[in-house]
Amino acid sequence: MTTRLSQDEIERYSRQIMIPDFGGKSQIRLSESKALVIGAGGLGSPAAFYLAAAGVGLLGLIDGDRVELSNLQRQILHTTQDIGREKVASAKEKLAGLNPEIAIKIYPTRLQPENAPEIFAAYDFIVDGSDNFDTKFLVNDTAVSLGKAFSHAGIVRLHGQTMTVVPRKSACYRCVFQEPPGPGELMNCQQAGILGAVAGVIGAIQATEAIKYLSGMDEELLTDRVLTYDAKTMNFRTIEIRKNPACAACGEKAERRSHELR
Amino acid sequence: MSVRVRVPTPLRKFTNGADEVNAQGLNVRALVDDLETKFPGIKERICDETGKVRRFVNVYVNGDDIRFLQNLETSLKEGDNISIVPAIAGG
Repeated sequence: MTTRLSQDEIERYSRQIMIPDFGGKSQIRLSESKALVIGAGGLGSPAAFYLAAAGVGLLGLIDGDRVELSNLQRQILHTTQDIGREKVASAKEKLAGLNPEIAIKIYPTRLQPENAPEIFAAYDFIVDGSDNFDTKFLVNDTAVSLGKAFSHAGIVRLHGQTMTVVPRKSACYRCVFQEPPGPGELMNCQQAGILGAVAGVIGAIQATEAIKYLSGMDEELLTDRVLTYDAKTMNFRTIEIRKNPACAACGEKAERRSHELR
Repeated sequence: MSVRVRVPTPLRKFTNGADEVNAQGLNVRALVDDLETKFPGIKERICDETGKVRRFVNVYVNGDDIRFLQNLETSLKEGDNISIVPAIAGG
């Protein structure tokens, strides 16, 4: 396929095309790529905004919730007028307004083990902006079994953490955290709170990783590392992680199992 | 013999909000017990009822995951940096 950028596209994306590491080639690769954002919430809002603005070819968005007043402090895709609307419909309107050159596909449903493999199969990179452990582990296990690269993130109060997973090459989420906590064992945003700008920082990092991967600037991703951000002390730290050979998702046994299934 | 422990957000309610504390122990097991003495309730968040580190919590000694060292028996020395990193759900 030979994609050409239009004059409008060249102007729209000129400030990133002029980056030596990026250039027209990366812009074309990005415009031929497909990214899926899970959740149109605190992480998904900034991530989807930047992916749309940067010109990813197809942007998928999945969320089964409707906009609530208490979302607006951080979920910047939605406005006060959107309260009560489906989040994905509200999001699509803003993103299409920002960049009419891209295709946007919305899924007004919750990601489940039943629909995840089929939805993931249509995308090249997945941004996990979900707000619960069940979905985060589902994203990991589905992406690993399909060989799809993704960005994981979690946020609480003034703290965020994120990592990028390239299946078979790098450690996966389950290599680091083996299984979800039981109910009530840890806090989520609803119980513990979150500063909107903290979600913005982490969501923007997720978008950056997606853009790097999809445009071919993928030599140095946030793989085999967990980045933690503490906004209270304004410290970013990375902790090196390793593939766990006994990992239930990407370890030797799991690899054999998924090979047999193929 | 003192080491520095970085406390993650979900555990700061036990440390009066402190994001870093000093504690003692010749190995990680003794360190966790010392943390429990200083900050009652914190051990239960790090270890399960059998005493093992919970599966959604990681402990790092100078950046190395104790699962790939000697787990709770990993020995510590003066000035070591310990990080406790739990999984975080929100989004």
